[in-house]
Amino acid sequence: MPDGDVNGARLVELLTARREQLVTEWVEKAVPTVRGRLGELELRQELGELYEALLGGVRDARNPSDLHDDAFGEARALLAEISRSRARHGFTPWETAVGLFALKDVVLTAVDPGGRNAEYLAFLDFSRLLDAVGLFTFETYTRAREQVINDQAEQLLELATPVVKLWEGVVAVPLVGTLDSARTQVVMEKLLQALVDTGSEHAIIDITGVPAVDTQVAQHLLKTVVAARLMGAECIVSGIRPQIAQTIVALGIEFGDIVTKASLADALRHALRSTGVQVDAPAPSLEA
Amino acid sequence: MTAGEEEQQLPIASNDDVVRARRLVRSLAQECGLSLVDQTKLVTAVSELARNTLVHGGGGSMRVCCPQERGRRGVRAVFEDSGPGMADPEQALTDGWTTGDGLGLGLGGARRLADHFELETAPGSGTRVTVTKWVR
Repeated sequence: MPDGDVNGARLVELLTARREQLVTEWVEKAVPTVRGRLGELELRQELGELYEALLGGVRDARNPSDLHDDAFGEARALLAEISRSRARHGFTPWETAVGLFALKDVVLTAVDPGGRNAEYLAFLDFSRLLDAVGLFTFETYTRAREQVINDQAEQLLELATPVVKLWEGVVAVPLVGTLDSARTQVVMEKLLQALVDTGSEHAIIDITGVPAVDTQVAQHLLKTVVAARLMGAECIVSGIRPQIAQTIVALGIEFGDIVTKASLADALRHALRSTGVQVDAPAPSLEA
Repeated sequence: MTAGEEEQQLPIASNDDVVRARRLVRSLAQECGLSLVDQTKLVTAVSELARNTLVHGGGGSMRVCCPQERGRRGVRAVFEDSGPGMADPEQALTDGWTTGDGLGLGLGGARRLADHFELETAPGSGTRVTVTKWVR
């Protein structure tokens, strides 16, 4: 701390002497902002650690209002940790910041008990408004970014589920990655539409690219197959690798009378056979 | 040998977290040297349990570690939630029994997929499920 900064020194003294009380009041003010998503004990520990780190920074930093000063290193690390955990718990940036801003009210009450200095109070109101202004721009910014990410995710969803025509009357969907409800919906819609558009009677769903088949994936697959059947098409599930087969058996999932094959080639051969195409004969020579 | 021995924790609060849980466990299982079949079994069990934590427990957390016991290495995942818990764990483990709209095979399936399975629950006090898969 720079020499001769008497007011700064007094503030550090006050923050040090009344740390217990100030942290307690801070936690009290911050509790409503977490709306039960975080326990009070957890919050207390978090804010208590942050308080100490901030106090250390204010005491040692060359410029006590410069968060990028080395003395605030610990505080920055804690803040990063808190922000990450809040984001994971579904807090908005607004909620996270408001909980931290609460310390201002608490410290002002300690500096100016009873609110004798009306100018302080008026300034605090104005400062709250400025905080909100800053947060508003920040939230708009993050929301815009999230929109971009969501749009991209949706595009990817479309991209990742092509329905290809393999043969006259045979369409296939190669599935890659995670098969969640949203994905299944897209797959089902595209597959059923492709059946209509191409007049196909056989559909092959290839799961070679699906890393794990759990009950949810299986349920989605079964629903898709039933929907295709209702439209008069026969579905084959292919790409069942050995480890997937063993997992499905252990889980106890019944595929019933749905035809399953190890590879896409097997599935295609099966589909062609049942449409009456001769596949086992050696390829005929090109002469007429 | 020290890689992955310390415990890692992951919150389970959304469908994305279920995917994250699967990925974390798969990479640990690979690191510990589980066979491809065992990797897939464990990842599938984790997928079921993580989704249970999310759907029935209202969210919770997963802790994973690579324990070493009697010269064996393995991967262990512990799922905890503070949801409604279960009144009758035996019934919950019965195939085809579900309170949601799933197939009702997840919990019992996870027990069959893992080498070691532990279910601790009581009505109103949440649920903890531990699964372990050992390297053969």
